[in-house]
Amino acid sequence: MDDGLRGAISALLEKYDPATTPVADFLGARYDAGLAWVHFPEGLGGRSAPRAMQQEVNEAFAAAGAPTLDAGRHGIGLGMAAPTILAHGSDAVRRRFLRPLWTGEEVWCQLFSEPGAGSDLAALGTRAVQEEGTGDWIVDGQKVWTSLAHEAQWAILVARTDPDVPKHQGMTYFVCDMTAPGVEVRPLRQATGEAEFNEVFLTGVRIPDAHRLGAVGEGWRVAQTTLMNERVAIGGHAEPREGGLIGVVANTWRERPELRTPALHDALLRLWVDAEAARLTGERLRQQLAAGQPGPEGSAAKLAFAQLNQRISGLELELLGAEGLEYEDWSFRRPAHPSMIDGTPGYRYLRAKGNSIEGGTSEILRGIIAERVLGLPQEIRVDKDVAWKDLPR
Amino acid sequence: MTTTTAFHSGAAESADLGYTEVEEELRANVRALLAARAPINAVLARTELAQTTDTELWRALADELGVTGLAVPEELGGAGASWRETAVVLEELGRAVAPVPYFGSCVLATAALLALGEREQLPRLASGTAIGSLAVSFATAPGAPFPGTVHASDDGLLTGSVRHVADALAADVLLVPAVGEDGEPRLYAVQQADVEPMVSLDMARQLAVVTLDVAPGRLLASGEEARHALDAALTTGAALLASEQLGVAEWALTTTVAYAKERHQFGRPIGSFQAVKHRLADLWVLVAQLRAVARSGADAAARGSADLPLTAALAQAFASGAAVTATEEAVQLHGGIGFTWEHPAHLYLKRAKSASLALGTPDRHRARLATLVDLPA
Repeated sequence: MDDGLRGAISALLEKYDPATTPVADFLGARYDAGLAWVHFPEGLGGRSAPRAMQQEVNEAFAAAGAPTLDAGRHGIGLGMAAPTILAHGSDAVRRRFLRPLWTGEEVWCQLFSEPGAGSDLAALGTRAVQEEGTGDWIVDGQKVWTSLAHEAQWAILVARTDPDVPKHQGMTYFVCDMTAPGVEVRPLRQATGEAEFNEVFLTGVRIPDAHRLGAVGEGWRVAQTTLMNERVAIGGHAEPREGGLIGVVANTWRERPELRTPALHDALLRLWVDAEAARLTGERLRQQLAAGQPGPEGSAAKLAFAQLNQRISGLELELLGAEGLEYEDWSFRRPAHPSMIDGTPGYRYLRAKGNSIEGGTSEILRGIIAERVLGLPQEIRVDKDVAWKDLPR
Repeated sequence: MTTTTAFHSGAAESADLGYTEVEEELRANVRALLAARAPINAVLARTELAQTTDTELWRALADELGVTGLAVPEELGGAGASWRETAVVLEELGRAVAPVPYFGSCVLATAALLALGEREQLPRLASGTAIGSLAVSFATAPGAPFPGTVHASDDGLLTGSVRHVADALAADVLLVPAVGEDGEPRLYAVQQADVEPMVSLDMARQLAVVTLDVAPGRLLASGEEARHALDAALTTGAALLASEQLGVAEWALTTTVAYAKERHQFGRPIGSFQAVKHRLADLWVLVAQLRAVARSGADAAARGSADLPLTAALAQAFASGAAVTATEEAVQLHGGIGFTWEHPAHLYLKRAKSASLALGTPDRHRARLATLVDLPA
């Protein structure tokens, strides 16, 4: 870290005591000092510094006890909306949205998936039609699997603006006001019994043209920025040894000798080895990412962690035996902080099933690795040159 | 729980899991040499010769590249680099299944001599003018009981035999663990022994039976020191073998991906079929994990980390299965050609399966991990 950065951090910490300054004020000051995302431009929370510096800056603030936002509540904003807004937003859009996103005053959600467009996201059918005269966009359709939709002020939205061209070409990317008339949010309950996600119904929702990110018809390209960052956000964080689910099961093993059997012992050790290998792989990826841009390698980490979480949480129920027959609570709940580590064994087992589906199914991720990393030939595609409106559905 | 504290603090040391520019340069040099002097057809052909060691290649590695003493300090005649650079050479040798006694001499024997601070043989091994071999069964795991098949008289004469010794056929000096008349472990340097080749599953690393019949040995260490030197060699070996296994797995992956792009069936490259693509994607993930594990092992050995026993056990518990899977996938995805004598896939399969048994099978390393990370049976 250079002296300029170090000096800026000390000056900020001197002026705003992390212990007494309200969180939003502290984060606002950090944004204004260009110490939010150091690789962002000046005036937008950054100082055009190398991206590699970010980690050291974060560590310096963490060492001083500075506040950070809850990753569960603000992950979509920080990890997906912010890089997309920076890369594709107009100057006015960047200035309007980045600061309150960084300070946590505005929560974001993601309106991408639809009931008929899951893995095949580019098939989405939520329509956005531009109104003559005002230039506003009128949006109608249904989105699904939306975390935080019931708390979010803003959403990143991809909608179909031209049904007469092949599906990848006819989409446009918007920022959508979740409090606007015509936005209806309904809880979507999962196999765990709780509603972590939502369905979002959009009926005649009005979006000003100024809230478009990227050109009309460029929505797919803009969405790639979001999705690449999502995969890094899910799989690319640093973890200590036994920091994941394996640590939970390992501690149960240590504390409950009466549960041990030779076969479970070997199964546990195999998983411990695989979990440690995956952790080291994540750490190696993190060391490389510290210097560069997120790439498709993030897909590998996500794929590995999904498999591991499912195997580990399955083993945990077997280890617990009779206790594994129980479930804590089937009543409808809206979890504030869905966490596998803090949950119960039954919850972990069920929730882990989502890990290989959310953020790109494991099958889609294997396709991405095969085509983008290994350079294998693409699948034979029957939908590439067909207008979206003529696709069978 | 003290054990838990110990292994968590071990993890806190920051391991560098990447490659430095110097390491990448070293890799390029070794790769270029191997491409020129040990093309795969030559390696295949050598498996049918009486002389299974490529001594010319060994000379080139020693004299032209100077990579035989990377882990040895300069004052002992080495290059003063570390096990990290040695591991990079091993990756390339694995990738070429090159028939040279590098692992036996520059890793196992060198690690034993380094642990003893030995000054006579070590400079010769470091310069590559002599080849060393640790005369234990290649299947011996770190932490195994001290071998008892060779006995030493009080005047240093050794009698007994050791089977499955790696890189002994080309060796000038054997490091022989033996039991003294007092029943204490000893380690000897032996230059005259009967070394007979064994028909070995790994055709590029032919094992041997070492027989000693009242053979004179020079005492290197006895008691706890001998035990420690042997364990240091086996532990370092286990950590470093993962890098050779990585090279083997990397060959399997890249060769199979290339083949899947060019081989056509049903009017399209077989690599466009999802059944093939997804297997290769999984294999890529596995090799990426193997790389992280192998670098972790090499880095821990280079730093002499307290975490080394754990990292070495992890390396073998993971790398063995990963390299076997990679080569098995290579055979299957090549179809008929991959099962032939003329195609090199079988050499890599044999290397991977043999290496998975070498220095302890994965289950032994899992058992060792169980102790090290406090997960008792």
